[in-house]
Amino acid sequence: MSYALPPYAEALGIGIDPAEAASPVLWFDYSERVSGRPGFLHGGAMSGLMEMAAIAALQAELDRRGEAMRLKPVNVAVEFMRGGTQQRTFASGTVTRAGRRVALVNATCWQDDPAKPIALAQLKVLLSPAE
Amino acid sequence: MTSADGPLHLHDLPADFVFDPARASSMMTRHGHGGWLGIAYHAHGPDWVELALPWRDELVGVADTGVLASGPIISLMDNATSMAVWTLAGKFTAHATLDLRVDYMRAATPGKTVIGHGECYKLTRAIAFIRGIAHDGDPLDPVAHVTGTFMATHGNYL
Repeated sequence: MSYALPPYAEALGIGIDPAEAASPVLWFDYSERVSGRPGFLHGGAMSGLMEMAAIAALQAELDRRGEAMRLKPVNVAVEFMRGGTQQRTFASGTVTRAGRRVALVNATCWQDDPAKPIALAQLKVLLSPAE
Repeated sequence: MTSADGPLHLHDLPADFVFDPARASSMMTRHGHGGWLGIAYHAHGPDWVELALPWRDELVGVADTGVLASGPIISLMDNATSMAVWTLAGKFTAHATLDLRVDYMRAATPGKTVIGHGECYKLTRAIAFIRGIAHDGDPLDPVAHVTGTFMATHGNYL
């Protein structure tokens, strides 16, 4: 996989599980660095993880198609459904639609059970051919 | 949990504490995710709070571009709008972010501090409606626009 994590992801301690399915799974462990209110994950850290997972999923899809594209995020909408507790947190993206100009990517964030997500994100990304 | 210079967490404040954004920011930004990001108090008014996110190499979202990742900007806006809610309410109420939408106008300029201006435009007993912008020097040329809602989890805002 050609996707390399940016400095922000490295600094947050984000890891990537080998992609067995269509999209890679990204994760980080609980630490002071990602904590918000006492004992819980910060929503911004969850959002950051989901955005990284969404971009990784999109990059993986573009790689499969053999398309070299420049990605420019347009917007992101995040829904927080459960408080994140002090354990490993995962996120993975699904490319809902990637056309020639714009891509819509959904991402979920979970902890012990992927069927019980703690947050959802929907990311819109502008695509342009890489020079 | 307290330290020499006061409570470590907003959650440790007495119930009758009148919310002071400048003082509360020093608590909220000393530790945790906000502390790691380096978020600091900038200014406030009756229903708004501004926090500052200094640029740093570690927070870059695309290697070698110097452009900040969007994660830190979401965190900045989450914190600024959260504090705007307590500022308007005049007290600290434990709450949770229900949703946030961020529109990215342009990339933040490498090296520049990003200011997060968060505003609470409507408060009900259970829900706070917020909006805000992030800019890197000129509020008329924002980096991002934000809207969202918070919900009081223990007690009410009003």
